[in-house]
Order: sequence, then C-alpha cells, then structure tokens
Amino acid sequence: MVPLNHYLILSAVLFSIGAVGVFTRRNALIIYMCIELMLNAVNLTFIAFSKFLNNMDGHIFTFMVMTVAAAEAAVGLAIIISMFRNKETVNVDEINLMKG
Amino acid sequence: MEILIPTIKLATIYPEIIITTFAILVLLLQVFPTVIGKDYLGYTSLAGVILAAIITGQGGASGEGGEAIYSFSNMWVVDNYSRFFKLIFLLGTGLTILISIKYTKDEGINNGEYYSLLLFATAGMMLMAGGTDLIVIFLGLELMSISLYVLAGYVRKRLISNESALKYFLLGSFATGFLLYGIALLYGATGTTSLKGISGFISEASFGSPILIMGMLLLLIGFGFKIAAVPFHMWTPDVYEGAPSPITAFMSAGPKAAAFAAFLRVFIEALPSLQGIWVDIIWVLAALTMTIGNVIALVQDNVKRMLAYSSIAHAGYVLVAFVSTDKLGVASILYYMLAYTFMNIGAFAIVIIIGGKGEEKINLKDYTGLAYRYPLTAAAMCLFLLSLTGIPPTAGFMGKLYIFSAAIKSGYVGLATIAVLNSVISVYYYMKIILAMYMKEPESSVQHSPLVFTPAMIIALGLAVYGVLRMGIFPSAYISMAQQSYLSF
Repeated sequence: MVPLNHYLILSAVLFSIGAVGVFTRRNALIIYMCIELMLNAVNLTFIAFSKFLNNMDGHIFTFMVMTVAAAEAAVGLAIIISMFRNKETVNVDEINLMKG
Repeated sequence: MEILIPTIKLATIYPEIIITTFAILVLLLQVFPTVIGKDYLGYTSLAGVILAAIITGQGGASGEGGEAIYSFSNMWVVDNYSRFFKLIFLLGTGLTILISIKYTKDEGINNGEYYSLLLFATAGMMLMAGGTDLIVIFLGLELMSISLYVLAGYVRKRLISNESALKYFLLGSFATGFLLYGIALLYGATGTTSLKGISGFISEASFGSPILIMGMLLLLIGFGFKIAAVPFHMWTPDVYEGAPSPITAFMSAGPKAAAFAAFLRVFIEALPSLQGIWVDIIWVLAALTMTIGNVIALVQDNVKRMLAYSSIAHAGYVLVAFVSTDKLGVASILYYMLAYTFMNIGAFAIVIIIGGKGEEKINLKDYTGLAYRYPLTAAAMCLFLLSLTGIPPTAGFMGKLYIFSAAIKSGYVGLATIAVLNSVISVYYYMKIILAMYMKEPESSVQHSPLVFTPAMIIALGLAVYGVLRMGIFPSAYISMAQQSYLSF
C-alpha cells in the first residue's frame, strides 16, 4: 500500500504548483484553473487522511468542496465572460482601472 | 453498517429558514409583472430580515438564560454569541436594503436577484456564526462569498464593477484554497472536523505536531484574506471602489463581522492550546493592518476608496481586541462590530446620496461646501466620521475604549499604544472630509444637481444616527449584552 506521506507530498506539490500559477500566469482563465488545482490538491489530502484514519468525515468534506467548486466555477466563468464582453480581454495586467 | 438519524431540531434554524425562504420568494416574485413596479421586492426582503431578526432576538430556540442549544449532530449551535452576531448581520442587511432601493432603480439593476443574493449572503453569514463544525463554517463562508462575487459585479455594464468582481472572485477563491488546505491538515492531525473534537484532541495529544501547526497557519491566512488583514488586503481597495456603493457598505459590515465571528470561534474554541503561537502572529497582523490601512488612506482623494482603507484599519483595531482573547476582548469585538455596522453603513449611505446617478461624484471635491447646501446631511456625515475616528459621544469612541482597555488589561500595552497612535493618524483623513464640507465655500463653477432623498434612505440614515448616538451615550446595555454573549462559548 502507498504510505500516507506520499499522498501528502503529492498534494502539497500540486497545491504549490497551483499557488505559484496564480501569481505567475496572466490569463484570468488559467488563474482560475490554477485555483481549481489547489482545491483538488486539498481534496486529495482529505481523501488520503480519510482513508488512513478510517473516518468518513473527509469523504463528506470532499463532496462539499466539489459542490462549492462547481458553484464557484459557474459564477467565476460568468464574471470572466462579462469582463470579456466589456473589455475584450481576460489578461489581468490590462484590467487595471483602479490604482492607488 | 448501522445508520443513526440524528434528531433534528428545526426550531434552532428558524431565522435561517426564513431568510432563505424570502430569498427564494423574492426571486420568484419578480417573474410576475405587476402594476406597482418592482419596488415591493426590496420591501419584501426587508420584511424577511425583520422577521428573522425578531425571532433571533427573542431567542427562538435558545435555552433559558442564553444557554447554548446544540443540534444537527452538534454541528450547529444557538448561543448568545451567534445570536448577537446574527443580529449584527441582519441589521447590516436591513440597512443595506434600505439604501439600495433608490440606487438599484437609478442604475437599472432593480431585480429580484439583487435582493435574493443579499439574503443568501446573509444566510451564509448566519451559518458562519452558528456553525460548530468546520464543514458548516466552510459552507456558510462559501455561500456568503459566492453571492458577494456576483453582487460586486452586479452593474454589468460598468467596467470597474466587472473588474471589482473579477478581482474579488480570483483572490477570494485563492484564499478559500488556503482555508481549505488548513482545514484538511487540521482534520488529518486530529481526525475530526468538529471544533470541540479538535480542541479535545489537541489537549490530550500531539501538541506540537507540524501538520497541526501548518494547518493553523493556513487557516490564519484564509481568515486573514476574508477580514482583509495586511498583508492579505490587496483586493480590498479595488473591490470596494468598483462594487456598487450599497454592496460596498454591505461588504464592509456584515461579511467582515461574519469572518470575525468564524475566526474567533475557530481559534478560541478549537485551538486554545496553540494560543502561544497564534497570539503573536495576530499581534503582528494587527499592528500592520492598522498602520498600513491608515497611512495609505491619508493620500486618497476618492472617498469610497478612502473608506475602503479605513475599513482595513478598523479590522486592525478589532484584531487588537482579538489578541487579548479573554472575556473583555471578545465582548469588545462584538460591541465594535455592532457600532461599526451603524457608522460605516451610515457613511456609505451619504456617499450614495452624494454620488448620484452613475456614482460620478465620489471624490473629495464633490463634498466641498456641503454644509451650506444640506446642513443636516453634512451633520450626519460629520457624526459618522467622528464616530469612525473615535471621538465622544459616539459609538466608535466607546468601541475603541473597550478594545484598548481589553488590550491593556491583558498586558498588551505596546499594541494598545500603536492602536492609539493610529487613531491619531486617522483623524487627518476623516477631518479632510469634514473640513471640505464645513470650511470651504461651495465652488460656484461646479454645477450641483440637487440631492435626492427617498423615505427609505431617510429611515436608514435615521437608524444609523440613532445607533451611533445611542451606543455612544448609553453603552452599558450593549456592552453587558456583549459580555453575556461570551459566557456561552
């Protein structure tokens, strides 16, 4: 059986890739994909712990996270589309009306 | 496997049920065209808020003398603490609805969805205050946040509103990632997501487990984003400036209080054994948040943006009370959040009145000579600003007094000194507005369109003025209510 640590390291690496992506990528859609990657890394952590602790709470939490992520995706893509309609760009560097 | 169905006490969630029902009702009602237009949607949701507030205030299902009632497999609690916070949220939502009614008509966004989302956000905040399990708190937080992402971008055609929503959405869900990872690690270290279970486990075993510490730090980051503490505040000014003004008022009061409610409950109830670590971190956050919020606010000309930075600074003051973690500290947080709801929504109400259609007049120069044209409006704004500064006899003064004395009693004299110095800095930028209103002649070159006052707006302003004065002059009733709320922790 794969030991717990391997899962934890994998999810930590995935989470970090997501977090770095949020800071380095400039396309709003790709930033959102990076955030989804972070959420999925969290799901992996939950499932791994749930399996090794023999406790179902983690499973339930994962379902909640997936549901919330779906709702967030619906809202987030709508926001990105309405931005694109007005400005014809999804590059976050060009979205900078407010400063100071 | 045997499945146990827990007893369900629906009575404990009556206020939440009412709010959700009204949210759906408003959504459905707007489908039917009526002869009286759409004004009634706002008033219908207001009725829901008032009904929920009455039931919350009466105690609904809570026990005699404010004893905590647990239900839904100990995932949900009705105690004085959650009731106090729920009343703050409902007050914030009620005032927001009152100041929205004309605004939404002017901007052409007078739809049922607007009020429906406000009510859903309120339901989310109430879940955050009453949840005793990280699952409930997380769901409440997301219900609130997702509704707010939409509301921030509600004026679809306005570019800065889009931008505000996009920034809020990206940074908000980024923060959610951290919060969730923190919860996952806490779950892994303790094997449970219930707050009581976590604190019970930590006090028995594995005090310094690195997973536990990591989890706590990630949770701190997640909550730090939600309360807009420096250095996790980058989103606040842009989001607050771009969002429709009533929504900005709402965001700075209710959701911030909700984030504090969950933050306090999680850290004081679940992680008291790690207090040695998190108190120091919050000390630093508090000092940074106050100082940076106030210093950057000094150079703002846009009043809305200035109030955004001021709201960051106020989160810093609340963190000062958080550091002391004792009864007085928590009571002063409750008191301050209530006072802040009155004074900040009041100030934003005036910003909305002066902003006019399309929110074009939100700069400092639009306030010059206001006292000559509208003495009462200027006086109300002056009162709110004095309260935000912390000058007697206002609610803000008493709030700060309680916070600073809580910090000093717990031995954080250094932090209290920083907080007092920050209050002095803040005088400068609040006074800038007051000076513009009272000491400068109205510029004759600028064409002033007359301000429009609707009955709803006047009621909201009246309530806010009453609240600020009442809490400032007779604070004892409120502070004793706040202190009782801590007892039930």
